[in-house]
Amino acid sequence: MVDLSKKPGHLRRAPENFLSEEQVKAVGAGRRDFLRKSFLAAGAAMAAPLVARADAAGDPDILNLPPWTTSLGLPVATNPYGQPSKYESQLLRRESPGLTRVGGASVSFCPLQGLFGIITPSGLHFERHHQGWHDVDPSKHRLMINGSDPAFLKQPKVYTMDQLMRLPPVSRIHFIECGANTGLEWGNVAVPTVQYTHGMLSCSEFTGVPLKTLLEDCGVDYKKARYVLAEGADGSSMTRTIPMEMVENGEVIVAYGMNGEMLRPENGYPLRLVVPGVQGVSWVKWLRRIEVGDMPYATKDEAVHYIDLMPDGMHRQYTSIQECKSVITSPSGGQQLLETGFYNVTGVAWSGRGKITRVDVSFDGGINWKTARLEGPIQNKALTRFNIDWVWDGKPAILQSRAIDETGYVQPSYGQLRAVRGTKSIYHNNAIQSWKVVESGEVSNVQVL
Amino acid sequence: MSRFSKSIVAAALLALTASAFAFDTFKLGRQATPAELAAWDIDVRPDFKGLPKGSGNVQQGNDLFEEKCASCHGSFGESNEVFTPLIGGTTHEDIKNGRVGGFVKGDIPQRTTFTKVATISTIFDYIQRAMPWTAPKSLKPDEVYAILAYFLNLAEIVPADFVLSDKNIAEVQKMMPNRNGMTTNHGMWPGAPAARGGIGNGGKPDVKNVACMKDCKKEVRIGSVLPNYARTAHGNLEDQNRSFGPVRGVRTVDGDAAVARAPAQSAELTLANASGCMACHGLSSKIVGPGLNEVQARYKDQADAADRLAAKVKAGGQGAWGSIPMPPNGHVKDEDIKTLVKWILSGAK
Ligand code: HEC
Ligand code: HEC
Repeated sequence: MVDLSKKPGHLRRAPENFLSEEQVKAVGAGRRDFLRKSFLAAGAAMAAPLVARADAAGDPDILNLPPWTTSLGLPVATNPYGQPSKYESQLLRRESPGLTRVGGASVSFCPLQGLFGIITPSGLHFERHHQGWHDVDPSKHRLMINGSDPAFLKQPKVYTMDQLMRLPPVSRIHFIECGANTGLEWGNVAVPTVQYTHGMLSCSEFTGVPLKTLLEDCGVDYKKARYVLAEGADGSSMTRTIPMEMVENGEVIVAYGMNGEMLRPENGYPLRLVVPGVQGVSWVKWLRRIEVGDMPYATKDEAVHYIDLMPDGMHRQYTSIQECKSVITSPSGGQQLLETGFYNVTGVAWSGRGKITRVDVSFDGGINWKTARLEGPIQNKALTRFNIDWVWDGKPAILQSRAIDETGYVQPSYGQLRAVRGTKSIYHNNAIQSWKVVESGEVSNVQVL
Repeated sequence: MSRFSKSIVAAALLALTASAFAFDTFKLGRQATPAELAAWDIDVRPDFKGLPKGSGNVQQGNDLFEEKCASCHGSFGESNEVFTPLIGGTTHEDIKNGRVGGFVKGDIPQRTTFTKVATISTIFDYIQRAMPWTAPKSLKPDEVYAILAYFLNLAEIVPADFVLSDKNIAEVQKMMPNRNGMTTNHGMWPGAPAARGGIGNGGKPDVKNVACMKDCKKEVRIGSVLPNYARTAHGNLEDQNRSFGPVRGVRTVDGDAAVARAPAQSAELTLANASGCMACHGLSSKIVGPGLNEVQARYKDQADAADRLAAKVKAGGQGAWGSIPMPPNGHVKDEDIKTLVKWILSGAK
C-alpha cells in the first residue's frame, strides 16, 4: 500500500471534520480499510500522528519558500551531457528475475509505465543481447555488401562510417518490438507490471541510409537476389533473413542515428539495421555485412528460436511481422490509484502493417467500448499515443485497450488468439491486455478470455 | 568544385528523384577484396552454399566438447543446469518421420535444440560463428564437423564411428528428426508470398476480431490472475514508479527491505562483468562455477589464497569445486585479476 501521507499539496484537515462519528470509531478500532475507498485524504491524516494536525493557513510548500526559490542555482554545462533529475531514479531498464541465466544473453525491459508520448528516451530503450554488447570503435567499423553468388551484384563493396555518413539520409520514427514481447503471458498471467509484460518495446527516430541506396550503389540484380542476410559484428554475429521487397520499397534503413544523436552502444553503435514493423531480432546491431541471395538462410534465430509452435506441433518459420497491438500504460499493473475521481487513461498502440487508425478502451472487461483520442503524429509503423477520460467511482473495473490498424485488422482477445495458436508459441502474443482495478485502488494484471 | 565532382553531384541528385541509383553513383565505398570476403562471408545456407571443406569424427567431437563446451552445456549436451539442453527428446521414429512425436502429441517435456531444428546447416553455421560463447569464431572447420558428428551420434542419428564431412552433411540433413516440422503457411512474412516465389500466404492474418462497441458479451470471463509469488518476485514495485503523479507503485516488499534501494554497482563488479567472470559466477550462488561468496568462505583463513587463486584464474583449471573446468582467462590483465581476486576474498558485492 502506498504511504498516502506522501501525497503532496493537499491541505490536511482534522479527521473529525469530515468523518462521521461511526467512521471515527471504526478507525479507533483499527479498521482503516474503508478509508482507501473514498476518504483517502483522511488516510493522509491517519498516517500522520493521530493528533489531528490542521494546516490552517495553507500549504507549507507554498508558505515556506523552498531553497530553489531563495538561492542561486548551478551554472551551465555543470552536466556537459545532461542527466535526468535525481527524482527520476525509479524509471530504469530492469531485468525479470529468473527469466534468463546469464546477463550476456538476456533482456532488460523498458519502463513503459512512466513514459509519455511516443519517443523512448535512448537510455531507457529495451536491451536484448545474445552475446553481450560492445562499444565498437567507429573508425574500425566497416559495412561489407556482397552476394551469395557473385552474379547478384556488379561489385561487392566495403564502406567506412565516413562514407556511409556522406550518403543521402532519411530520418523516420519507428517502433521496435522483440518477437518475444509478452511471451511470458501466453499461458497465464506471469508478471506484475507493463514493464515486464510489454517492455521489450521502444520507439525512436532513426537516421540513416536506405539499404536500397547501398544495394543499388553495388549494382544489385533485383531479379535474381530476392532475399537479404544481415549480419552483426559482435561475437554472436547475429544473422537474419529479410525480404528484398522491403528493401526495394525504401523502408529498410542502415541507421547510425537515434533520437538526434548516434546510436547508443547497447543499441548497435555505430550501425544497425532498421526493419520497420518487423520484430527486433531482425534489426541487426553492430551491422557489419549485408549479403544478397536467392533463398532464406534458416539462421539459428530463425530455425531454432523465433519460430512459433502451433497446437498441431508444427513450428511457423519466418514469422516476422509484429501484428497490431496496444496496451494501457497508466494506470497499469502494480500501480495504485490515489483516490476516486478524474484520471487520464493513457497507452500506446502500434502495428507492423502500417498506421494505427483507432483505439477503443473498455472499463468493464470488454462488454462496452469507447473510442480513445489518438495523439498526433500518427505515423507508419510507429508507436501511437492514445488518451481517454475516466472518472473512477471507487468500484472494481477492468481496463482494456483494443487497437485497429489501417488494414482493418482488430487486435484480438486472448480467447481468439489461443483458439488458433494455443499457448506454447512463445512469440507474437498481441492479445488485448487487461488491468483490474479493485476498491483499494490497486491495479493488477489479469487475463480476460 | 571541379567539373568532375560537379557531375557526380548532379548525377546523384538526379538519381535521388528517380526510382533507382545507377551502379557506383556516389563514388564512395570500394570493391571488397577476395581475402576480405573470405574473412567475413562465413554463413552456411540450408543448401550448404558457404560450407567450408573438412571433416571430423564422433570421438574427436566428444573430446572437443568436453574441453570447450561442457562447462556451459553439460557433458552430453543434455545439461539443464544452465541452459536449455542441446540434445534429447527425439526418437528413432522421429528420425524416420521427420516429425518430433513430442510436438505432434503435445507432450514434449523440454524443447531441446535438436527437437526443433530442421536443418543441420543452421547448427554448423551457428557454432562456427558464435561458439564457444566466450571465444566465438575460434573453432576450425574440422572442429565444427567433429562437434556436430558428436551431437548427431548423441541424438542417435549416426553411429559412433561416423565421420561427418562436407561430402555427407547434406545426406545427414535428410535424417534430422524435425525436418518436416516447419511451416511457412502464415501471414507474418513481410515479403512476397509463396504464390509469387516467396514465403507465406501474403499477409493474411490468422485471427479475426471485430470491433464491437456495446453489449459485446454477457459476462467477463477471467482466465488468469497474477499469482501472489509473481507480485513480489520483481522487487518493490513502489520503487519502479514515480513518487508523484496520478498513481504510485504498489508496495510489494514489507518493512525495511522496501526502503533500501539497490546500491550502486561497485567498480569491481563492473570489472568482473566486463571480464566475463559473471557469465559463469554468481555473487552468492553457483552458475557454472561457484558463487564468489562461496569462494571467499572457503579461503578466507588462508594467507596465500590471493596468489594461488590469481594464478588459477589466469591459467584456468578444475577439481576444486567439481569436474567442470574454468577456462583460462588470458584476456584479462594481471592487475585486473589481482583486483578481482582481492574483491572476491573480501566478500564480493
Ligand atoms: C561460457 C558458456 C558457453 C560455452 C563455453 C559454450 N556455450 Fe554454447 N551457448 C551459450 C549460450 C549463453 C547460448 C545461448 C546464446 C543465445 O542466447 O543466443 C549458447 C547456445 C548454443 C547453441 C544454440 C542452442 C540453442 O538451442 O539456441 C549451440 C548449438 C551451442 N551453444 C553449442 C556450443 C558448442 C559446440 C560449444 C563449444 C564449442 C559451446 N556452445 C560453448 C553458452 C556457452
Ligand atoms: C566459462 C566459465 C567461467 C568463467 C568465464 C570464469 N570462471 Fe571462474 N570458475 C569456473 C569454474 C567451473 C570454476 C571451478 C573450477 C574448479 O572446480 O576448480 C571456477 C573457479 C573460480 C575460482 C575458485 C578457484 C579455486 O581453485 O577454488 C575463482 C577465484 C574464480 N573462478 C574467479 C574467476 C574470475 C575472476 C573470472 C573472470 C576473470 C572467472 N572466474 C571466469 C568457471 C568460470
